[in-house]
Amino acid sequence: MSNQPLTAGFITKNFGRYNPMSLDSYLSIGGYEALKKAIKMDGEDIATLIANVKVKGRGGAAYDMGKKWSQSRAVIKPKKVVICNADEGEPCTFKDREVIKNDPFNLIEGMTICGHVVNAQDGYIYLREEYRHLRERLQNAIDQATEKNLLGDNILGTGFSFHIHLYSGAGAYVCGEGTALIRSIEGKGGRPRMKPPFMKVSGLFALPTTVNNVESFAIVPHLLMDDKGYYGSFGSGESIGTKLISVAGNVNNPGVYEIPFGTTVRDIIYGLAGGVKDGRKIRLIQFGGASGKISDERILDTPYTYDDLKAAGVTVGSGAILVIDDRTTVLEFLRHTQDFFVHESCGQCTPCREGNLHIQIILKKLAEGTATPDDLRYMKKIATVMTTASLCGLGESAQNALFSAMEVFPETFKLGGAH
Amino acid sequence: MAEEVMINLKINDIPVSVPKGTKIIEAAKKIGIDIPHLCYHPDQRVKARCRICSVEVKGKNRLLASCSTEVWEGMEVHTETEIVRDTQVGILQLIMADHNQDCLTCAKNGNCDLQTLCSRFNIQKSSLPNVCKYKTAPNTNPSLVRDPSKCIKCGRCIRACKDAQGVQAIGFSGRSHNLVATMPFNMDMAKTDCILCGQCSLVCPTGAIMEKDDTRKVLDWLQDPSKHVIVQIAPAVRVSLGDALGLKPGSIVTGQMVTALKMLGFDKVFDTNFAADLTIMEEGHELLHRIQNGGTLPMITSCSPGWVNYLEKHYPEMIPHLSTAKSPMSMFGAIAKTYYAEKMGIRLDDLITVSIMPCTAKKYEAARPEMGRHGHQDVDAVLTTRELAKLIKYVGIRFDMIPENTFDSPLGTGSGAGAIFGATGGVMEAALRTVYEKVTGKEATPLEFEDVRGFDGIKEATYDLGGTQVKVAIVHTLKNAKVILDKIKCGECDYTFIEVMACPGGCIGGGGQPYGTTNEIRRKRIAALYEIDKGLTLRKSHENPDIITLYKEFLGEPLSEKSHHLLHTHYTQVHKAYEF
Repeated sequence: MSNQPLTAGFITKNFGRYNPMSLDSYLSIGGYEALKKAIKMDGEDIATLIANVKVKGRGGAAYDMGKKWSQSRAVIKPKKVVICNADEGEPCTFKDREVIKNDPFNLIEGMTICGHVVNAQDGYIYLREEYRHLRERLQNAIDQATEKNLLGDNILGTGFSFHIHLYSGAGAYVCGEGTALIRSIEGKGGRPRMKPPFMKVSGLFALPTTVNNVESFAIVPHLLMDDKGYYGSFGSGESIGTKLISVAGNVNNPGVYEIPFGTTVRDIIYGLAGGVKDGRKIRLIQFGGASGKISDERILDTPYTYDDLKAAGVTVGSGAILVIDDRTTVLEFLRHTQDFFVHESCGQCTPCREGNLHIQIILKKLAEGTATPDDLRYMKKIATVMTTASLCGLGESAQNALFSAMEVFPETFKLGGAH
Repeated sequence: MAEEVMINLKINDIPVSVPKGTKIIEAAKKIGIDIPHLCYHPDQRVKARCRICSVEVKGKNRLLASCSTEVWEGMEVHTETEIVRDTQVGILQLIMADHNQDCLTCAKNGNCDLQTLCSRFNIQKSSLPNVCKYKTAPNTNPSLVRDPSKCIKCGRCIRACKDAQGVQAIGFSGRSHNLVATMPFNMDMAKTDCILCGQCSLVCPTGAIMEKDDTRKVLDWLQDPSKHVIVQIAPAVRVSLGDALGLKPGSIVTGQMVTALKMLGFDKVFDTNFAADLTIMEEGHELLHRIQNGGTLPMITSCSPGWVNYLEKHYPEMIPHLSTAKSPMSMFGAIAKTYYAEKMGIRLDDLITVSIMPCTAKKYEAARPEMGRHGHQDVDAVLTTRELAKLIKYVGIRFDMIPENTFDSPLGTGSGAGAIFGATGGVMEAALRTVYEKVTGKEATPLEFEDVRGFDGIKEATYDLGGTQVKVAIVHTLKNAKVILDKIKCGECDYTFIEVMACPGGCIGGGGQPYGTTNEIRRKRIAALYEIDKGLTLRKSHENPDIITLYKEFLGEPLSEKSHHLLHTHYTQVHKAYEF
């Protein structure tokens, strides 16, 4: 369909090119040139540069990143903070892990540039508890950068000060949600709060806060140094540049790949990921993590872009692509996903706390062949209540898999006989 | 003051104009639409947890919680569409499925917000399987009972405990379906930071936290002909009981209340206002004694049992500041079981004293071992205002149709000073009326001490008592009390006398008051108490003829040995069960 290569080396450009424990090594490949350049630039120009290539937040919500930084800039307060959401809790999502592992200095550099753009003095990295093995690597990067005055007070004598602090929670999925994340850093229970107030106005410690995902920050230094417009040469429309995706499930080569936007799902699964294990048939593909929607083989020729996936009924989300082959039934998959949400709901709001549990019960009945027409009616009703009335994104998106399954696999919900 | 910015919006196509910052739920109230709610409470911070108040707003693809969403210009809200109704019913069904549904035998039956909503939405039976997990809590304290199987996780109790009282004894534990509002280690409330003020029970929308019901015990005594059962009624009850029986908030129902208690079968109906006057005599003289003899100052009042519990548990080092005078309720009990019993020739085994209190902590106070002698407690049972309302309904008394009656003698005469004990600032004013006259020999004019009145959390005033400037402070809620205590501890405080009441607004806002009590209603009750005071000719405690007789016939004088023995007490540090 397209002549472009299956992978690109933009975000992952530095991977394997330097010793991630050594700042000197990073500097030797041109590290921190972007920060030096950025500090001399007006923050608004950097936000515009990001907006021009339509970078969207890579955590899952896909909010226009240049716009976010510009809006954050506009909030004038003496103290502001930047948060790097490295919670990466969506099942099947592990792209940020690779960035931290291979290119920690680039992440720190990207956050520091953000601090300059939005006029923040402090940055916080909220590292997924399960990534504790990467803690040392990140802390080392922070320490070495601070030592060389690339972080800390009066960076490189420019008058700009920025400190980065490393935090981990206790491993709750919901702490990837922005407001729960800040409560967790504040030492409170990791439960989302209502919005407004919005983070850009009142976030961590009630300070104006800019939150972005690891991959989002990681793009920034590369973009600033991309004089030739390499990034912009990929993709089209709303989906310009490249994207980190993590492919897993029943594929031969699970892993993280940097793809140019527009690569087809088929090329991703059968090209990059080496096809389905044992040559089996695909039962379903879930996009964007456990809170993402599912499709079947009919999506294989869809180009991986925000718009094309949306038209095909799914979303980019966290960048995860989970391939399930025909050894697993749709119902088994849904029950597994549902167990996850029953476990991870914070319990605060009624729809999510109670709704997840009842859907779990009904799915079990469905699998056992004891579900009634009323059960199916209630399941749909409860899922609707969760989607329309939950307090946070977790409850809102928890039934994405179920709703899309109802559309793509209607036969799963036919009564009579165990599945 | 800057002019208020008004916002225009439409709710169900009806235009409404409200001040900027108003939430949808409040705006709807203005045009007579009651959006269903459970976690929302007008006096509390927005929680937006129960989601039953979700409404449709044009241009939004999700429903918005009307308790947390501020109105905006041109907003179009719909509260009556199919999706809204489906959501409300769906959420109710979900809540019901996680609730033990024992409505018929629940003490909250008829006063339950959840029940009311189920009736409103015509839900007779939950269509979902019951998944209620938490069944019991250890309930060994005399004041409050928790039933986690009725908890709907709305968080109102937590906000009352943390934000209003600053105690933070109750909180959420667990997550997902295991989330529940509970005490540390699921212990009995009294073993934790809890001081049994019962504000949680006042705001709980269901029966998850309630007072320990003592009505059966009292009914049994009333049926027993060998028992002489007397009752005392706290000042605050006469302006709140009406709420629970369908009257307007702030209604003064003293006369009907006395009649109803007589109809219930109490042998004598007495007034705690009488004992409040006695408290002023003792506490006022204690204050003068401390001032004149270099005693510990500031002296702090000790009428509020939630407050006393708080000090014993959270600030034990401050105990010397607490007045040793017992509360009016306990003074009444001590006088009833000595003076009254002797005077009437009633054996202590046959004499039962019951108190009607706006308070759950009073149940704990009455059960304190030091509040009694020779194996008899001074107060045998304490009923909250809510429990009295229940008794009145139980025996079928039509409260609005019965005649008025007056208190019995000799413990039934109370002054206006005694009456205002129920409001924040009332004890202070009552004391000032007496102390001022004792020190200066002149009656204070005017008799109203306006500076100590009002709903402010912390009030201060300075009075000239015969050349000595005496600075006083009045505090309600424990959150504010903590501020004052910390100031005293730092030596940043030159008060001589401080009044503290644990509950918002004082006893009129107590934890045992009728459900639905809000700050707006509290203000109405306070106004009613001042109205009672204003209408009396006897407005100073030391002029109460029954008090004068009591001292002449029995006690001698304030702070006499007999007074010390019967009317004063001591306090001791209390530890939490998990404190080492």
